[in-house]
Amino acid sequence: MTDALLAGELPFPPRPDYLRDGTTLTSWLTTTDHKRIAILFAVTITMFFFMGGAAITAVRLELFTPNGGLLSSDTYNKLFSFHGIIMVWFFLVPSIPNTMGNFLLPLMIGAPDLAFPRLNLFSWYLTVAAGAVTVYALVAGGVDTGWTFYTPYSTMFSNSHVLAAAAGVFMVGFSSIATGVNFIATIHMLRAPGMTWFRLPLFVWAIYATSIIMVLASPVLAISLLLVMAERWLGLPIFDPARGGDPILFQHLFWFYSHPAVYIMVLPAMGVVSEIIPCFARRRIFGYDFMVYAMIAIAGIGFFVWGHHMFVSGQSAYANLIFSFLSFIIAVPSAIKVFNWTASLYRGQISFNSPMLYALGFVGLFTTGGLSGLFLASIPVDVHVTDTYFVVAHFHYIMVGGSVSAFFGGLHFWWPKVTGRMYPESWAKFAAILMYFGFNMTFLPQFFAGYLGMPRRYHTYPPEYQIYNVMSSSGAAVLAVAYLLPLGYFAWSLFYGGRAGKNPWDATGLEWTTTSPPPPQNFDRQPRVDRGPYDYHAEGQSAGLDPPEPQNSREVR
Amino acid sequence: MNPIFSLPEATTHAEHVDHIFYGLLVLSGLTMLVVFALIITLAIRYRRGSGAKRGPLPEIVSREFEIGWTMATLFLFAFLFWWAASADLSSLEVPANALEIHVVAKQWMWKTQHPNGAREINALHIPVDKPVRLVMTSQDVIHSFFVPAFRVKQDVVPGREAEIWFQATKTGVFPLLCAEYCGIDHSMMRGRIIVMRQEDYADWLTQQPEGDDLAHVGAKLFVERGCSGCHADASKVHAPKLAGLYGRSVQLSDGRQVKADDRYIRDSILQPKRDITAGYEPVMPSYAGLLDDGEIQSLTAYIRSQTEKAND
Repeated sequence: MTDALLAGELPFPPRPDYLRDGTTLTSWLTTTDHKRIAILFAVTITMFFFMGGAAITAVRLELFTPNGGLLSSDTYNKLFSFHGIIMVWFFLVPSIPNTMGNFLLPLMIGAPDLAFPRLNLFSWYLTVAAGAVTVYALVAGGVDTGWTFYTPYSTMFSNSHVLAAAAGVFMVGFSSIATGVNFIATIHMLRAPGMTWFRLPLFVWAIYATSIIMVLASPVLAISLLLVMAERWLGLPIFDPARGGDPILFQHLFWFYSHPAVYIMVLPAMGVVSEIIPCFARRRIFGYDFMVYAMIAIAGIGFFVWGHHMFVSGQSAYANLIFSFLSFIIAVPSAIKVFNWTASLYRGQISFNSPMLYALGFVGLFTTGGLSGLFLASIPVDVHVTDTYFVVAHFHYIMVGGSVSAFFGGLHFWWPKVTGRMYPESWAKFAAILMYFGFNMTFLPQFFAGYLGMPRRYHTYPPEYQIYNVMSSSGAAVLAVAYLLPLGYFAWSLFYGGRAGKNPWDATGLEWTTTSPPPPQNFDRQPRVDRGPYDYHAEGQSAGLDPPEPQNSREVR
Repeated sequence: MNPIFSLPEATTHAEHVDHIFYGLLVLSGLTMLVVFALIITLAIRYRRGSGAKRGPLPEIVSREFEIGWTMATLFLFAFLFWWAASADLSSLEVPANALEIHVVAKQWMWKTQHPNGAREINALHIPVDKPVRLVMTSQDVIHSFFVPAFRVKQDVVPGREAEIWFQATKTGVFPLLCAEYCGIDHSMMRGRIIVMRQEDYADWLTQQPEGDDLAHVGAKLFVERGCSGCHADASKVHAPKLAGLYGRSVQLSDGRQVKADDRYIRDSILQPKRDITAGYEPVMPSYAGLLDDGEIQSLTAYIRSQTEKAND
């Protein structure tokens, strides 16, 4: 006798889960189910990830030797530009929000779908169309401006497909805005009864903060790219100094979006890690409310630090001081988060499953990347290391070491929920450890090369930097293997993996109270929430070994 | 080959930068050590099923810790800001006796010119222990003048003059690199800075081919490009006379006052309608696109020399 029958309720008729509810291609391409759209996004961005990865593989191969020989300078420039454009806008920005955010947000707050399901599907089509335009730019001959599109090079001097690439990025920005609006509306309107703001899982808070940045910052990106296209195509003098324009104007506009965009890429990762660590430490997250305020502070202050990208541009010395100060200040909430994750391990019952390995890896790499940010906030040091490999190493630690590790961590954590299957755990642990070491082998040497003065975007370089490039390229080979491994065992698990129950990790959170994979409407009965998000043990106690009592145990089957 | 951390400190500025760099390195090294040690210790001590003490948590935990480490990081970062910012501010003022050298960046080379007119390409000879001020312009896209051994970097943006200064403390040859991506041969836009003893620099200068100095070139351009048609003393057109102009403050027709420095002269040549001198008609055509950056530098030098002559 189940609880439901005991309570005098009738059992539900059998119904398919969301994956089996319609199997035709049309049923996928016209779906408005947030879970299916999440899968569509996942497939799309995986393709982009490996395209961007292929481009940088050629670049790293070329950098084995100081004078190249494998690629022409022109091809080299086009490859690193393609890598940056694809990885930033077609992988990192949509990565966690559009896959895990899409899939989990309604499940976590007890909603049947997002607030605007058709807008959600539109956002995916827009991403695909934008990606097609950008990839067209590559196939047609490439774009060589770097991902930053700096003027006047991009508007007046580059002989490559700047228009197509800029148009692609312009379009994908609207996909971001649509997704952001959708998430904000969903979090405001569709929370289940009892799901108060301070009972929201930190992942939801992270997605909320990210969405606000997406909605407020992406329009500025659209404007700056529109102006680039107007000057390049119509000859409108916006940035051309000979006709009264100003090249620096572009940098202000561009970084006004692109610095907050860094937080679009890393806040969701923080959210993922904040779900994984409590689950595998069996602990309430340490300082829940401080974690929330820290994320909001990061999202807010993140809008006012863009000028630290421009310390050597000729910007006023006083503006430099203000941006330097704010850049130090924004490191405070990031530090708070690191301390809280660490403190959450205290008196836990910690098990080291693969998601936990990725999450701990994230904390280590994010800390390293964050500390290197202090060097860049200090004006005299930044002047020396900006536009060198030091900066390359710094932002890869945050965006690849941080965000991509968390992306893989989340993938391993929620894979059983998404597919209903388990994956081979020992392979997954191996990949996680390999990724951590491969990453450090690739990017740690770049700090040294950068401090010694190796500029970024160099096709050929003075031979004294070769040792660091050889180390970096060898590490990249290890990293590539670590990225390819999950593709193999995840595919295997789809067909041969053991069945996952509702809640294989004994996690709290509403998404674990429904079946794996969930039904099309997410929950068979409206969930009700009566507690905080990480109720692994009683208040004021340490972690225990018993699984937490599931929420709504009476109401879902 | 450079062993790790053997980048020469070849200017007074480099030593200050490295102090901060090493300070930050020690600080972040310690922080990493603490964070990693904590994670590893806690992870091992509280692994699932271990015998470490669990039970009720001690009373002082969450809020006290949060406020404690928030304030600690805040004060630490405020201190770091103060330290780095004061070093930055103290490096801003250019010594008055600095040797002024003009640099023109273009795809993909550095052209330098000494006060006596000697020119170099992708190379710059300078004397040791003497402040050097670079006045830089770009003819096309943004470039960035980067000398790792000097710890200096400055973007050179088309349409405006960029300035940096440094004082070399070691003789030798140091790489000059372009640090802002500028197109196909960006990575080939490299040169050498040759720091010489002061007397060697003087010898080197005299051995250079007799290049006209900037002011002479400017004087020729002043006639060739038609400037003298209006601005020469004998001209009948009502135009501001340029002798004694440089460094003076100029009354503009809209009531503002500006100082006639390099930037003002450059703007007046390229955008004459912007700052109209009080009492004159806005009749001067723009020379944007007709003069390259080197020529504008020469004209500026000529106008300045007219002032120096008037003062002598």
